Amino acid sequence: MQRVEGEIKQKAHELLKSGVVSSVLAWKKGDLVYDAAPAFFKSPNALEDMVYNGFCCSNLSKYLIEKDSENEKVLVFLKPCDTYSLNQLLSNHRVIKDKIYAVGIGCDGKIDIEKLRAKGVKGILEIEEDGESLKIQTLYGDETCVRRDILLEKCLNCKGKDHMVYDELIGSELSEETALGDKFSQVDELEKMSSDDRFEFWRCELSKCIRCNACRNVCPSCTCRKCVFDNPHSGVNAKVNVTDFEENMFHIIRAFHVAGRCSDCGECTRVCPQGIPLQLLNRKFIKDINNFYGDFQAGETVESRSPLFDYNFEDIEPNVISKGRGIN
Amino acid sequence: MLKLPVSKMDELFSLINSERTLYMPLEKNSEICFDKWSSDASIRLDKLNTVKSPKDFFFPASENIAAFKTKGKEIIMDDIRSEIEPFALFGVRACDAESFNLLDLIFLNDKDFVDTFYESRRQNGIIITTACNEPEETCFCNVFNIDAANPGGDISTWIIDDTLYWNSLTKKGSGLTEKIKKMFEQADESEIADHQAKISGVINKLPFKDLSLDGFTGEALIEKFSSNQWEEICHTCLSCGTCTFICPTCHCYDIQDFDTGKEIHRIKCWDSCMYYDFTLMAHGNPRTSLLERFRQRYMHKLVYFPENNDGAYACVGCGRCVQKCPISMNIVKVAKALKYEGMK
Amino acid sequence: MNNKEALIPKLGIITDIRDETPDVKTFSVTALNGGVVFPHMPGQCAMLSIPGVGEAMFSICSSPTNKEFMEYSIKKAGVLTDWLHLAEIGQQITVRGPYGNAFPVEDDLKGKDILFIAGGIGLAPLRSVINYVRDHRENYGEVDIVYGARSADDLVFRKEIENEWDSKNGVKVHLTIDREQEGWDGNVGFVPGFVKSLKFTPDRTTLVCGPPIMIKFVLKTLEEMGFDSTKIYTTMELRMKCGIGKCGRCNIGSKYVCKDGPVFRCDDLAKLPDEY
Repeated sequence: MQRVEGEIKQKAHELLKSGVVSSVLAWKKGDLVYDAAPAFFKSPNALEDMVYNGFCCSNLSKYLIEKDSENEKVLVFLKPCDTYSLNQLLSNHRVIKDKIYAVGIGCDGKIDIEKLRAKGVKGILEIEEDGESLKIQTLYGDETCVRRDILLEKCLNCKGKDHMVYDELIGSELSEETALGDKFSQVDELEKMSSDDRFEFWRCELSKCIRCNACRNVCPSCTCRKCVFDNPHSGVNAKVNVTDFEENMFHIIRAFHVAGRCSDCGECTRVCPQGIPLQLLNRKFIKDINNFYGDFQAGETVESRSPLFDYNFEDIEPNVISKGRGIN
Repeated sequence: MLKLPVSKMDELFSLINSERTLYMPLEKNSEICFDKWSSDASIRLDKLNTVKSPKDFFFPASENIAAFKTKGKEIIMDDIRSEIEPFALFGVRACDAESFNLLDLIFLNDKDFVDTFYESRRQNGIIITTACNEPEETCFCNVFNIDAANPGGDISTWIIDDTLYWNSLTKKGSGLTEKIKKMFEQADESEIADHQAKISGVINKLPFKDLSLDGFTGEALIEKFSSNQWEEICHTCLSCGTCTFICPTCHCYDIQDFDTGKEIHRIKCWDSCMYYDFTLMAHGNPRTSLLERFRQRYMHKLVYFPENNDGAYACVGCGRCVQKCPISMNIVKVAKALKYEGMK
Repeated sequence: MNNKEALIPKLGIITDIRDETPDVKTFSVTALNGGVVFPHMPGQCAMLSIPGVGEAMFSICSSPTNKEFMEYSIKKAGVLTDWLHLAEIGQQITVRGPYGNAFPVEDDLKGKDILFIAGGIGLAPLRSVINYVRDHRENYGEVDIVYGARSADDLVFRKEIENEWDSKNGVKVHLTIDREQEGWDGNVGFVPGFVKSLKFTPDRTTLVCGPPIMIKFVLKTLEEMGFDSTKIYTTMELRMKCGIGKCGRCNIGSKYVCKDGPVFRCDDLAKLPDEY
């Protein structure tokens, strides 16, 4: 991906200089080796700090929403999975395509630094990506690690090498699909549980929530101008964690609200400081939607309507769901 | 100084627990956080910093401070204050222990307005710290003169190979030590010197060890506030509350009423200056933009707090924000970006 | 003052409600067994609440010399104030305070000629000072009150101004409204211009309170007239929750409006960031 970094920097330089775009949305390197923060670059000089490597996890699509109101064009670099989010935003009219120059870039899976830490690797100073293995230099000696073992959760459910929307592609031939089997396997396991066990599972997970709202704020499907949870008079403005019930409701309501629009980008799970597997809630909805209305992938095309926004005579009736397909 | 073989730690914990409820970093449901010790708990003293700091033992995420019932025009107020049972926190890191001293400046130092809820928890809690054997690359406590090799609190401990060293620092600490000292044997401070030197050696190699906060003073307030760096560094902030809620020194709170159906609870709960409604009033909001809210958080930590508290910064260098911010923004980056403002 | 249980309120009862303007009412509040809920100084505030509805900070607009009851003039602006406007006499409320500093009635203001400048509901915090000064008239020099509102109907304390304050004990009141109105023969125009036309000498100690935009323009006018900012005081209002400088939201720079304010001397305010 070193080559891609060089090429995308060059592209950014070119488009900034020629004035085709007035800013570039990409990743900026920090002091720590794994620090690749989403950032806007406004001048060719600033591009020196631009980076593209195994740590560029952020899905940059959501930042395009604010660009909506600005009268300028932005160059954005999107990994294959990120393009599903952009398409979804386009189809919901939350982003105007004319204001974006989208460059699809190759991806071979992104690294979850938390997974590396969970393996007991401490004091990380340098990480060298050497094909399938990583050489890690730490304060306490050198370590090696198999790349595949510490990929982000979302990469284990990789949607493939293809970009759904782009003006141009860079390094897409270098992409590697990193999916490991069936993306619904964890949902299947949850469905097999007794309802008491399942309730217990979610209680344990959701009770960790600190209501930081990172999952909501990072979510490219959460695009309401004002969220119901920010309205003190809504009755569900649950800043006060009086009971666990409130924490649970926040995530369930959110999952309901993004159902049919969630492209399973996995950002919610990635940013959760408490490690709650939030994407499992969304994936349950995706699985049910597939079962009830036929396979659907949000963001695959701009034109496709979410089954939940569409109606046809064959649609399953809510009152027969319990007896009908899919649900145990 | 006292010592005890690590193999006897369970016995020690059980003894402390019989004196006062004991909490320490435990792994439960794949989360490591301070929780009630039990003999079969999965103890994780190897974990450097729990994601959630132990500040909630003194300043809980939400706390019921009053209860009301209404009957027509009448209000009946109940005193719902409950006694805080004595407790001990074991395995607190040097940075977190220092954060309690900073919270004291807010909640205890103003004698006119002592937060009595915080005060009673502080009085009833004993803090047993543990030196950090393996500091992380995200640590920078040394910047705030905190010594990970020599942690504070009421009692400091060191776990060196097969031995636990124990040293009381306060009257409260000695009180507990007195009750359990039959378990220990005497040790000499020289026994931990090599270990401390080893930790200091690691600290000397930390990437942020030289972070400088020179110039972050009340005198530079307007220059720092007016810096044109803010726009650049806040641009991709998600405006979430992760940094606020995992920070051991963030202490802003909200007071809200919650109707349980039977009565109304008045609740004091954590709040975040990153949230839009933090300063929202019926007639407007002085901080409508992300920039203003972002700036408030860091100005508070690096300029306002030291101006009001004899130069103490509202940061202990624990590195939680460095590890957990979804967009990798953190106080180190802010301090570096603003370094030269106000120094011209 | 030792108020260790600062967040725990006391109970009070509304003993009288007066309509001031279409959207401002003045509430008299006493402790359940009569008398003021707590003593205060002019300019200080209190947190009032109806449990389950909300809690907010209000200026105590009665003078400390009134030992029988406290008064709060409250404009209908949000959930709590809407609720209070529907309340009836006998309604209990919770009260905690007093919070914040006060106008320096016992030091800097003593022996001085005082100019009060208020706009709209901004007269409420100044009323406490005005009545304190009137009750200790011998301690202060000349007193002028410039007060403006959108219309004659929006002038608060109208009866008190006309019957009690104006032309008594050497207190002069100058009223103005924003636009011409039938039956109004007083001045028409905004407060800053009116202040200028009255040609006060800049040796006055001045107390200003009103909407933020009015305060900003009045301060500019006073500066042009040669007033010394170390002798101008104003009061600020930001969202507050604790009232004791801890909950962290009402700060302007490193100062907390609830604790270091609400009264600020203008030269001190000028040193703070413009974020209010």
